[in-house]
Amino acid sequence: MAFNKEKFIKYILTVFALSSLFFLFLIFAFILIEGLPLFLKVGFKNIIFGFKWAPTKGSFGIFPMIVSSFLVTFGALIVGGPLGLSCAVYLAEYSGKRMKMLLKPALELLAGIPSVVYGFLGVIYIVPLVRNYLGGSGFSLISTSVILGVMILPTIISISFDAIMSVPRTYREGSLAMGATKWQTIYKVVIPSARSGIMAGFILGMGRAIGETMAVIMIAGNALKIPTSLLDPLRTLTGNIALELAYATGDHRLGLFSTGVVLLVIIMALNYIANFGIKKKRLK
Amino acid sequence: MRIKPGITDKMARIGFNSMAFFTVGILVVIISIICIKGVSHVNLEFIFTSPEDMGRHGGIFPSIMGTVLLALLSIVFATPLGLGTAIFLTEYTKESTFTKIIRFGVESLAGIPSIIYGLFGFIFFVIKLGMGWSLLSGVLTMTIMILPTIIRTSEEAIKAVPRNLRIVSYSLGATRWETVTKIVLTAATPGILTGIMLSVGRVVGETAAVIFTMGSSLRLPTSLMDSGRTMAVHFYILAREGISMEKAYATALILVLSITIINILAYYIMNKVVSKYS
Amino acid sequence: MDVKIRLENLKASYNEQEVLKGITIDVYKNMITGFMGPSGSGKSTIISILNRMMEFEDGIRIEGKILFDGFDLTKTISSVELRKRVGTVFAVPIPLPRSIYENIAYGPRLNRINDREKLDQIVINSLKNAFLWDEVKDRLNTSALKLSGGQQQRLCLARTLALHPEIILLDEPCSGLDPISTAKIEDALSELKKDYTIILVSNNTKQIARISDYSAFFYMGELIEYGNTEDLFTNPRIKKTDDYISGKFG
Repeated sequence: MAFNKEKFIKYILTVFALSSLFFLFLIFAFILIEGLPLFLKVGFKNIIFGFKWAPTKGSFGIFPMIVSSFLVTFGALIVGGPLGLSCAVYLAEYSGKRMKMLLKPALELLAGIPSVVYGFLGVIYIVPLVRNYLGGSGFSLISTSVILGVMILPTIISISFDAIMSVPRTYREGSLAMGATKWQTIYKVVIPSARSGIMAGFILGMGRAIGETMAVIMIAGNALKIPTSLLDPLRTLTGNIALELAYATGDHRLGLFSTGVVLLVIIMALNYIANFGIKKKRLK
Repeated sequence: MRIKPGITDKMARIGFNSMAFFTVGILVVIISIICIKGVSHVNLEFIFTSPEDMGRHGGIFPSIMGTVLLALLSIVFATPLGLGTAIFLTEYTKESTFTKIIRFGVESLAGIPSIIYGLFGFIFFVIKLGMGWSLLSGVLTMTIMILPTIIRTSEEAIKAVPRNLRIVSYSLGATRWETVTKIVLTAATPGILTGIMLSVGRVVGETAAVIFTMGSSLRLPTSLMDSGRTMAVHFYILAREGISMEKAYATALILVLSITIINILAYYIMNKVVSKYS
Repeated sequence: MDVKIRLENLKASYNEQEVLKGITIDVYKNMITGFMGPSGSGKSTIISILNRMMEFEDGIRIEGKILFDGFDLTKTISSVELRKRVGTVFAVPIPLPRSIYENIAYGPRLNRINDREKLDQIVINSLKNAFLWDEVKDRLNTSALKLSGGQQQRLCLARTLALHPEIILLDEPCSGLDPISTAKIEDALSELKKDYTIILVSNNTKQIARISDYSAFFYMGELIEYGNTEDLFTNPRIKKTDDYISGKFG
């Protein structure tokens, strides 16, 4: 037998399986190849901690964008966190089976709405609302946080839901048997037991918010400074890339890749922490 | 004063109920706004004609076709790769450091935000490989982006196939590949289809990674090397540049409607599978 | 009497724990040989070595010789080929999620038999030989999952017969069945031994006594006693065997 079909198939499948790693490598390689030289040329400190972004004049400071990215992310968490967790608790502990069958896909649909649509509705409804009732231009930290908060709901809900569902029934029964009410059981037993999974959901939600682009550039205002109030406009790392990539050349383009490097590092760190949380929970 | 546990319990119930319905309310409001504002501007002409004057007038036919082409071709590339990976991970190897590394790669790909895919596709396909802003650049970028979704859903679907069926197949003298194609994939098809549908939904809704790889030409792409725009990109440009609110709403309606239908179909298929095995 | 299978000092261990401690036995052609013994005796391990299904388990090690018709096939024949000659019926009936017809045709189709008439003939004969034909002849295209447990197990037997193996291994095939279904399978096996060599693993000593020609009693990975069924059941030479067949433990 010169030709072993099974071995050949296994060989092909191995190559397929390696493709994901290969693509990951390519992505990292090309973002780093394009993004790192500028760090060496301009200086790590001048990019990460630089305040001034004037890429055509040799200033590549992205500190305000890093701060802004974290601000909108925390803003999103403040809006979406409690809401998402409550939904997860409702789905896991209060809703009937038929309600669950109806609500879970509905929430998945929320995840399916494209980010440009969120951005558009934000511009049409949230921005004027903020402008009219709170002041400023409306393109602001608070508008962005609200929209991102809604956008990360599906992530937070589905992962928190899984975490809550994986708390053993006996924990609940033990608590209820000792005379605790349902609410006492939830916040004294269920949520603490599901803590690491819920945390993982929040962190993945953060990852989603910090990586979100199109909705953000439509409503954030994209100003190049650190916002000092909830009503100030701001520009995120993702926004910086998306706004300028189409026309940037030379060092300017490299500067956008440097922005990408910083973004990639932050995202990878968040994902790593979240996966760690999820795995830890599984081990228990 | 101490509030009675019974009262806080009732309050909690009411609180959780209202939070959940508030969230669903958001979905209902979003979809209703788009339907109400968009429906009066959608008609057959809008769907089947080309835009005029940057989209101020006319329809969105080229962007519908651009979306369909991008989604179909990405699926054509990503499905064999993703399904092959899933088959390898579940049927052809045991859990080891090697599979852990591959899984790490898949997880990492899944976590990368779309703007990074855009950045990568732009520098690698558009610039370095000289494909320019083209359907091909877009397809290849989307292929990588949806690969993790296809791998994960296929893997879950394959794992759900009872081990006994494989044992029987082997005992009847089937090879591994025969068992995979005749038994495992047949049983896992609905789950795999769900993954494909979800991926299509993702491509249709994607903007950041598409605009920097496929570009935003208003013309219908007639070859792989042509630039083109998807509905999402078209909608973004209409809305961002304030070209026409009416056309923007109408495009949003078609966009959201198609994604909703795709996703509902995906869950419908998945639920059929779940009820079959349980 | 021809020896169909000869095991010589067969040893096996799972994760360093010995489960077969040197088994030597001759299994005769065209006979039903009953393997009995309490759980952990190693009888099922022998089955999974004979059909090489142990390949799908982790951490198993095997020593000793396995001879089919006097030949050691370990190196000369692939597991896939071997399983076409050594058919298996498992403890739980496992129909494939397709029609009755396609269940039976699965094996022949793997062997590239796609001619409809040929397949029809194989399906009909296999079902007849498994004593199932009369019950299903009008609904060959309905799902095999709709059959009763006893019918499903006979379907599994028919599916194995469709491959025309030389040896049929049955690993406690009646453990989940009612007495009537059990009787039907036993009737089928008694007929089938004309053409096949059959090994029947069972915990049910009465079943072994009823239909097997030769019986082997295993205990803790060792072959305690082996011989003509009638002799072994009426006149066991070893006390352990006597205790087992008289139901003192098991």
